[in-house]
Amino acid sequence: MYVLVGVFAGACEATEIHNEVRTKIMATTERPLSPHLQIYRPQLTSMLSIAHRGTGVFLTLGTPLLVYWLWSVGAGGADYAAAQGFFGSFIGRLVMFAWSYALFYHLCNGIRHLYWDVGGGFDIETVYRTGYTVLLASAVLTVVAWVAAYATRGGV
Amino acid sequence: MSLRTPLGVVRGLGSAKEGVNHWWWQRITAIALIPLALWFVFSVAALAGAEHAIVLLWMQSPVVAALLILFVSVVFYHAQLGMQVVIEDYVHTEWLKHACLLALKFTAVFLAVVAVVIILQVALGTGP
Repeated sequence: MYVLVGVFAGACEATEIHNEVRTKIMATTERPLSPHLQIYRPQLTSMLSIAHRGTGVFLTLGTPLLVYWLWSVGAGGADYAAAQGFFGSFIGRLVMFAWSYALFYHLCNGIRHLYWDVGGGFDIETVYRTGYTVLLASAVLTVVAWVAAYATRGGV
Repeated sequence: MSLRTPLGVVRGLGSAKEGVNHWWWQRITAIALIPLALWFVFSVAALAGAEHAIVLLWMQSPVVAALLILFVSVVFYHAQLGMQVVIEDYVHTEWLKHACLLALKFTAVFLAVVAVVIILQVALGTGP
């Protein structure tokens, strides 16, 4: 019995030492990295995933413009006119168009992510179907928003 | 004694000691932003080209002011959660990573507070 315990304790010690060595090796060995982006053929799934992060960063970078717009409303007529001049210019409209598409894309693909979070839609066929749906829905929403903007022209 | 590797023994709230907190709040703010973002974009689309007085009147409505405050607060909270992950993924120099994270958090809070103060000023008619 004692012999058995002794052997067992020895094995424990050996395992701990083994773990320590393994940790050291894991930390220092240059392991081969998996083939990265430039190796893989672009696929809808990976492109949409990258786009989700890309649009998120792009939308974040646009938030100072949101604060600028709010500020201009409070600052008074002249400052608001200046802001309107900026947002209504060709560059301003281009940026706003990109921003609105990025927002609708991130929103639609975010819903796709929430669907995955509750455990649904992981099979390849569904992943592709929801992927194309996101692209279509975000394009439609962008067009609807811009048609609404041009149709009302501030008439509310 | 355990046969598990050091990596395998992370328990409870995990090595970062916050469990699923980050992940969970990203989801909660995402869900909140679905109606808020749709409302904001279509409101602004409808206001594009409107006179200053009309936009002012719009922002002075209590419901609009409340929704705007909610929108900017949740936007900045959600944005900094997302940007935090991006920074953690790509910035590997330890001091630079923490500097970026600090700059991100401070900027997000600053812009959110500025936006809320502006909305309140307009709503309460105490602006310049």
